[in-house]
Amino acid sequence: MNTIAMKPVSVTNDVVSTNRSPKVISRGVKVFYGEKEALHGVDLDIHEREVTALIGPSGCGKSTFLRCMNRMNDVVEGCRIEGKIEIDGDDIYDRRIDVVQLRARVGMVFQKPNPFPKSIYENVAYGPKIHGIASGKEELDEIVEGSLTRAGLWNEVKDRLDKPGTGLSGGQQQRLCIARAIAVSPEVILMDEPCSALDPIATARIEELIDELRENFTIVIVTHSMQQAARVSQRTAFFHLGDLVEVGDTSQIFTNPKEERTQAYITGRFG
Amino acid sequence: MSSTLVLAALLLMMLASFAVGRQRALATADGHARTLHSRPPYYGTYVAMWAAVPALLLLALWVIAQPTVIDMVVRNSLPDDVRTLSSDKLSLVLTTIDNLANGRAVVGEPPAYAKEAAARLLSLRATSSWAMTVLVIGLAAVGFFFAWRKVNPALRARNDVERAAVWLLIACSAIAILTTVGIVFSMLFETLHFFSMVPPQDFFFGTVWDPRFTAVGRDGSAGQFGLIPLLWGTIFISLISMLVAVPIGLLSAIYLSEYAHKNVRAWVKPLLEILAGIPTVVYGFFALTTLGPLFRDLGASVGLDISATSALTAGVVMGVMIIPFVSSLSDDIINAVPQSLRDGSYALGATQSETIKRVVFPAALPGIVGSVLLAVSRAIGETMIVVMAAGIAAKMTLNPFDSVTTVTVKIVSQLTGDLEFNSPQTLVAFALGLTLFVVTLGLNIYALHIVRKYREQYD
Repeated sequence: MNTIAMKPVSVTNDVVSTNRSPKVISRGVKVFYGEKEALHGVDLDIHEREVTALIGPSGCGKSTFLRCMNRMNDVVEGCRIEGKIEIDGDDIYDRRIDVVQLRARVGMVFQKPNPFPKSIYENVAYGPKIHGIASGKEELDEIVEGSLTRAGLWNEVKDRLDKPGTGLSGGQQQRLCIARAIAVSPEVILMDEPCSALDPIATARIEELIDELRENFTIVIVTHSMQQAARVSQRTAFFHLGDLVEVGDTSQIFTNPKEERTQAYITGRFG
Repeated sequence: MSSTLVLAALLLMMLASFAVGRQRALATADGHARTLHSRPPYYGTYVAMWAAVPALLLLALWVIAQPTVIDMVVRNSLPDDVRTLSSDKLSLVLTTIDNLANGRAVVGEPPAYAKEAAARLLSLRATSSWAMTVLVIGLAAVGFFFAWRKVNPALRARNDVERAAVWLLIACSAIAILTTVGIVFSMLFETLHFFSMVPPQDFFFGTVWDPRFTAVGRDGSAGQFGLIPLLWGTIFISLISMLVAVPIGLLSAIYLSEYAHKNVRAWVKPLLEILAGIPTVVYGFFALTTLGPLFRDLGASVGLDISATSALTAGVVMGVMIIPFVSSLSDDIINAVPQSLRDGSYALGATQSETIKRVVFPAALPGIVGSVLLAVSRAIGETMIVVMAAGIAAKMTLNPFDSVTTVTVKIVSQLTGDLEFNSPQTLVAFALGLTLFVVTLGLNIYALHIVRKYREQYD
């Protein structure tokens, strides 16, 4: 299976690498939960300042792979990872890499909006504070305003920065979480089904935002909606049963997939 | 027939009516249970309910009212000169009559009217017993036939039974609430009685506690009942116990919920909760025999004068007693903080301790404050440890090495031994109890309010 899955990877990588350089390189990534192998060796390159969508049916390992990139799987008991993931040439599972610094470089937005039960301001200022990014109050204010502006939330909340973040609507909460993530100026932002708890209008707003953020960040998004993958991403990777089946330019994956399983999934024949 | 036998007969009738009602329902439906509105057991319960409940109520009423009514009849039948005796002597006569009726020995030769009354008492009791048996069983039969006749497939037996179940539950809660109300009122009346002897301002603002036990009953020697020294002792000891319990309990809760491996947690948490199962009197003698002397000797070795019964000893032991209270409640509250908040914090590069300090703890804080307040009210109401370890001298002192006393200790000491319930020396216990009740009630309400407010945050 692995050999089948690897072929299209190398092919498409050759095509696209002329376009942009890989920001994240993963080779032979296997994940075990206890005895169970959840990922069977994934080779995937994530390109800089592009949106890469990870699609596939539930339980295919796309979220697991996403959480490998900021080592959030470390928190899960009994989880073991093999293989290699490099960000800008640094092996993130190397002993010398501090997970705290890694997560400052790789931000994450979760499926359900999870603002802290603090004020809107404190939510955004949280990351800069723990990493000591701002040297003073003014700089912190600037970071908060900048992040909220880039998350498209500033105009809605500028008059109530001291109100609790949990009081916002679902879509606003998710944009607050995005602002919180970009406040520490990460290089990569991971999004784990960021719109699955939101209504269509809030979803459209977040999708727009993802498109804008592509200017400055490398984004990896896990999504169950193939329309969403088609709308926001430049590259798409299809996972199935713990294998990376196919990866390529989004237009190619959705119009002319090379693998039969990809074809079957995107046309809705299984999943 | 005695009331116990009647009760047994009623229970038998109830079982029989259940069976009969069930059979009757099936018979009216020609054995097709599906055509019945409710399942057959509901019809059985319906009939049994009608047979038993009114009869049981009558029985209960009869048992409660019978002695009073008979007593009144006997009393009214006594000769006029006896009836107009002073209440002390009248009750003596009534006791004599009661003893005669029950065949117990009586001092001297009882007067004729007493013998007569005793005979009347006996015959009244016999009559009442028969009347009760007939009426109760009769009522049960009437109820049974009433319900039996109503049984038919269209009868909504289930709805009636369900409604009756709700009433049963309401009655049980009402008993619990009424008991509380009754306790409060009995305390309130005794307290008012106390305040008719000692002015409230002397009680609430008095700074001297000196009830002068030796002078009980003598005129013009009411004693002084200042609440302040006792209240101070209570607050002082609670404060010391909180200084012990809150940090230890809270930090162990954080360890258990955030750091401990789940196997460790599975062992440590129950072990910690065993502490809560130790009777407080055991803590009390631990304080008295071990910790008190230890502190005294330690103090002596560094030149401090620590008395064996001190605020410190009582406070520390009480703190140990309260640790599982604080840690268990806080542990539950910290666990209720959603994992997604922790993930959010970790994903921003926060370490575990930063996450706990800045996200988990603040999120859990209102709940933790609530649990601490509950622990405080526990400390304030605690009696046994302070009785044994804190001493009995009512002093207003800031020295933790000195012995102090608390409200609860004084309630105990005012109410132990031979007493009469009409001197301020004993009645003050009710005033103290009511004060304590109000304070802990206030704390509990405040604590529950805070805990509830916190809960709403994640729903």
